[in-house]
Amino acid sequence: MLTLTSPVETRYHRWPAGTKLAALAGFTLVLFSLDAAIVPPLALIAVAIAYLAQGKDFALAGLRLLRPLWPFVALILIWHLWQGDPGRGAAIVLRMLAALAAANLVTLTTRLTDLLAVVERLCRPLSPILPPRRLALAFALTIRFLPAMALHLSHLREAWAARSPRRPGWRVLVPGVLAAIDDADHAAEALRARGGTD
Amino acid sequence: MERSLTHIALFAALIAILGVIPPITLAFGVPITAQSLGVMLAGTVLGARRGFLATLLFVALVALGLPLLAGGRGGLGVFVSPTAGFVVGFPFAALVAGWVVERTSLPLGLAAGAGAVIGGIGVLYVFGLTGLAIVLDTTLGEAAFLVGAFLPGDAIKAVLAGFITVSLAKMRPGSVLSRN
Repeated sequence: MLTLTSPVETRYHRWPAGTKLAALAGFTLVLFSLDAAIVPPLALIAVAIAYLAQGKDFALAGLRLLRPLWPFVALILIWHLWQGDPGRGAAIVLRMLAALAAANLVTLTTRLTDLLAVVERLCRPLSPILPPRRLALAFALTIRFLPAMALHLSHLREAWAARSPRRPGWRVLVPGVLAAIDDADHAAEALRARGGTD
Repeated sequence: MERSLTHIALFAALIAILGVIPPITLAFGVPITAQSLGVMLAGTVLGARRGFLATLLFVALVALGLPLLAGGRGGLGVFVSPTAGFVVGFPFAALVAGWVVERTSLPLGLAAGAGAVIGGIGVLYVFGLTGLAIVLDTTLGEAAFLVGAFLPGDAIKAVLAGFITVSLAKMRPGSVLSRN
């Protein structure tokens, strides 16, 4: 399964995941609670330096992750220009970019296993109602079944395409959902046969 | 117990796959991704509690960095982006959709359709608009103007959620857990 973790090994990869998440939470909170005009540009510059310190390729990968944001950037700028307050629009855009780039930095430099370990640690106080083993199993099952289910649906679409000149519509979703339910029942039986979830 | 767990995990995977497969093109040429349809179905098929947990599991996997949102987005950045409210609202949309199917005595298709509208559109848009208003610093009214374009697509998905839930109940009685 492909994750968004960067294949370019950076210094940040070695920092503990919990620390990075706490720092990100603090950064985002400060960014959204301070209203001074100087905060968003400073924050964005700081994040940009953090990216660039790890080389040009890494920084470009970070830039690519911001791509879905451009329509919003254009929209905010046009809206505030029309309202006659471009300074406010620029501040909102910079704040949004800084918050997103910082969050992406943590995602890019933290492995899935490390993040899962943090989630399990955070959920430990919930263990009477949510046993950690069951939580870990749920994550593992979902990740394992992603490719299986993608294959299932593509088979259904091929079967449709073999019989109809039209493109497969929502109708292939019914057998798709049914297959998911069947898979779930089979997986449950297999788990029970191996001693259950506890 | 095992069955409950596997249903939650499998539906989380289903929601993810529905965002990744090529968009379904409706009869009149509007391309939509089926991800929010997956969220509606999690509620109407699994019921409130399991639908909520399945969707929560999906959102957690997105947060952990799997690119599972429609368009291949994922990671922690999603939760500070303008569309954060919609992602945060997914589990609650499934919860309400499932609750409607469980608690009403309407025919299944109607109940599922109504649940999908109330949960998958009503509740989801409340979360989504709040998120948009916070990140873009606009009023809720201005935010509503931005997402109005998605409303027809979501209305169609709610109708489909009703149809699909009924078809499942017909093909395999017992598969619709919200009514068992």
